[in-house]
Amino acid sequence: MIPNEPKITPALVAEHGLKPDEYDRFRELIGRDPTFTELGIVSAMWNEHCSYKSSKIHLRDLPTKAPWVIQGPGENAGVIDIGDGLACVFKMESHNHPSFIEPYQGAATGVGGILRDVFTMGARPIACLNSLRFGDPKHPRTRSLVSGVVAGIGGYGNSFGVPTVGGSVGFHSRYDGNILVNAMAVGLAENDKIFYAKATGVGRPVVYLGSKTGRDGIHGATMASAEFDDASDEKRPTVQVGDPFAEKLLLEASLEIMHAGCVIAIQDMGAAGLTCSAVEMGAKGDLGVTLDLDAIPTREAAMTAYEMMLSESQERMLMVLKPEKEKEAEAIFKKWGLDFAIVGQTTNNSRFIVRYRGDVMADLPIKELGDKAPEYNRPFAEPKKLPILDPAKILCPISIEAALEKLIGSPDLSSKRWVWEQYDHIILNDTLQRPGGDAAVVRIKDGPKALAMTTDVTPRYCEADPFEGGKQAVAEAWRNLTAVGARPLAITDNLNFGNPERPEIMGQFVYCVRGISEACKTLDFPVVSGNVSLYNETNGRGILPTPTIGGVGVLDDLSKMASLAFKAEGEVIFLLGETTGWLGQSAFLATVLDREDGAPPPVDLATEKKNGDFMRELIQNGLVTAAHDISDGGLLVAVAEMAMASNIGAKLQMPASNLPAHAVWFGEDQARYVLTADSSNLPKIEAAAVKASVTLLRLGTTGSHQLTLPGENPILVSRLCMIHESWLPTYMAGNSAG
Amino acid sequence: MKAAILVFPGINRERDMARALKLVSGKEPVMAWHADSKLPKGTDLVVIPGGFSYGDYLRCGAIAARASIMNAVRAHAAKGGLVLAVCNGFQIACEAGLLPGVLMRNAQLKFLCKEVHLRIERSDTPFTQRYNAGDVIRVPVAHGEGNYVADAETIARLEGENRVALRYTAPDGKLDPAFNYNGSTNSIAGILSEKLNVLGLMPHPENHVDPIVGPTDGRRLFESLIETLEAA
Repeated sequence: MIPNEPKITPALVAEHGLKPDEYDRFRELIGRDPTFTELGIVSAMWNEHCSYKSSKIHLRDLPTKAPWVIQGPGENAGVIDIGDGLACVFKMESHNHPSFIEPYQGAATGVGGILRDVFTMGARPIACLNSLRFGDPKHPRTRSLVSGVVAGIGGYGNSFGVPTVGGSVGFHSRYDGNILVNAMAVGLAENDKIFYAKATGVGRPVVYLGSKTGRDGIHGATMASAEFDDASDEKRPTVQVGDPFAEKLLLEASLEIMHAGCVIAIQDMGAAGLTCSAVEMGAKGDLGVTLDLDAIPTREAAMTAYEMMLSESQERMLMVLKPEKEKEAEAIFKKWGLDFAIVGQTTNNSRFIVRYRGDVMADLPIKELGDKAPEYNRPFAEPKKLPILDPAKILCPISIEAALEKLIGSPDLSSKRWVWEQYDHIILNDTLQRPGGDAAVVRIKDGPKALAMTTDVTPRYCEADPFEGGKQAVAEAWRNLTAVGARPLAITDNLNFGNPERPEIMGQFVYCVRGISEACKTLDFPVVSGNVSLYNETNGRGILPTPTIGGVGVLDDLSKMASLAFKAEGEVIFLLGETTGWLGQSAFLATVLDREDGAPPPVDLATEKKNGDFMRELIQNGLVTAAHDISDGGLLVAVAEMAMASNIGAKLQMPASNLPAHAVWFGEDQARYVLTADSSNLPKIEAAAVKASVTLLRLGTTGSHQLTLPGENPILVSRLCMIHESWLPTYMAGNSAG
Repeated sequence: MKAAILVFPGINRERDMARALKLVSGKEPVMAWHADSKLPKGTDLVVIPGGFSYGDYLRCGAIAARASIMNAVRAHAAKGGLVLAVCNGFQIACEAGLLPGVLMRNAQLKFLCKEVHLRIERSDTPFTQRYNAGDVIRVPVAHGEGNYVADAETIARLEGENRVALRYTAPDGKLDPAFNYNGSTNSIAGILSEKLNVLGLMPHPENHVDPIVGPTDGRRLFESLIETLEAA
């Protein structure tokens, strides 16, 4: 018996987020009552956040393989081969619950965690992106949450020294009680120098590196596995505190000891800290691990074993070192001013043993801690299909000009400059396309290759039809990469949903995953890493289903890159793809008519692929001067964005005759792009379209400083810019309610 | 040119600076570690790059200013050696007494990363001789604490001695509070030491040198340094 331990009672078990049957399962596994530390360990391993117990069964269906995939899901991050001996390492992860409670630190440590995932694998981070969802701008907390989250993301990434090159920001009342902060990091490594968590060899030193352990973040992962209620503010102490300076040192020191050949296995301490990292390293290598907590560097006095095992203090790593390289590794860490302590060793007994002050605080079967975690096939309800809206029956109460102004000045479609100017997006001097385009583009070393990256999801589509919405999120990411001329290679997915114990929420999850899976298969766009965030729910009200997709693609020659700004006057504008005037769940319907109804646009993946491949080939052949995918707000918003980026106007003709004008201009049919070309290339492009059997229409010509549409007053581009740029700064200054 | 770039813990634009120097001069600069007491042999240009030395905890640049390499930098500057101090480097140079004044939080209290317009105030310095006085160039800034402040006497002296090297201006080169993004006194973006051998500035010329990435208005600053050192 360990002295001074609390008695394990049903109430204590419940406080740890374990259901009675889950506790029984654990007791059976170890054949006795657990110690308090063991209860803490199992609660950390078996919560939703770490065990994926509700989602695992469905995630197995996602396509994760392709010839260019080096490492799929299951490691710290996914790895793909990008040629020339280089690999791209990337992942996206949520920090939703902590960011709602403490926006600055929650968002900052979200960035820190994902950066660590990437450099733990031996990659130097080259870019960050994010996807943020906030509540209704009129909600009293929204403004301060935006301010805190953006400052936190910038505060961490700017100091660490990685450019934050892209992302998305959206607002909806369904996020009033649960915001979303999804952070993605992308890194570069040599493809034969990737590091993994799998430990090998018995009796090897287990080394603790980085910052000291404190009491912050205890039960963070458990918090992220439960709904919020009115008392959620009391959970503030479970939010970790970030130290980007320590992380920068940890990056440099880790890469240096990897380069020096000291490392056998490495795992960062993220959710559930020391517990998860030690168990994972051992379990993956079929080895036991013994930890001696007396050796753990702590920053607070009298920490208990329980606290050390559950602390989520940031900027820490666990490694298994080559014994002969111990001194060399220690010297490198000391040079960077970081803690280095041998805290245990690998064993051949398959046990996870934790010793502290002469007592054995935990003695658990290491493999079973992971393998025997509960797994649920939760009941799910098939989502109801919504009716398809007939565009002829939807009237536009205002002029096209007024509707366009309303859309580009709306919270979701307005410029996010206020946000991304707080992120250093140029450091490292490789950012070829900055925030505001279809996809960010970052040069690889000195070129000529470049990586394109994007984050996408349309939550209102996912809410209306999870299957089509899941498909659309993947297709949109694929299209954004295509629009800059990149070959889409792989995705990371960050699946944000409400409480999976409710069948309708589980139904959203299951159908979104099926949609993602189908799109990834058809588009040859495998999932290589990801994260599931459930219980985004407060007092029984869930968020919109938000499966964020982070896509990565490669450009073989950056000089062929396309961007969305019009380049010159007098160029031909084309519309690629079919227009049916789809208004169901459109931004037009929500913004102009205040309606969110109807079925969202269906995604025909074969057409998506055909149109995208055609588009990419035109770009590769140097025939395209500007390119932009059509998404929220439809065709006219896409054209307006190309005009605003260049201050060049356009004269447009109506590309479809039998539809109401507003359905043509603002409908959100999928698989479409706007492109421009020099008029001398017109015959070549039209011949190619016929050959590829894609729908390509001449939409108009660039020129002047206004948009001219048939039957409408000319719209000044400068006025559009003013409207587009002013909503967010005005809102954040407190001068508008949104 | 034998450039040495100082590396303190938390510095993060040393690679950008090294790439810019290599691109413009064709020569690889040397990285100098903060704990060393001497500069690399033959150093004729010291560069203090941008970043967040020591996390910018305590006060920007205050801890780095006390690193042992800084004694060697002060000696180098005292002999008339060239020092280019950018962003966090400018903050460090002020804290180390190489330049007067201090960089405070931006007036809007936010980190700001954007391309700004700068007016070259004089072209008769080792850093700016390839520009013309009055030229307006585009260079990015990326900082949270770039609001230049000094007491009235120091400002009067800097202005009187013509030691303001660069100012934030409107695109046409006119002074305009709307374009003085961080609220600096007299729109000051960069200042020179008395002997004109130390330049501290908040903007990042090293991020505007490569035509593949964007504009190249920062290039002439490095060309000026090369010309100066080659003439010497």
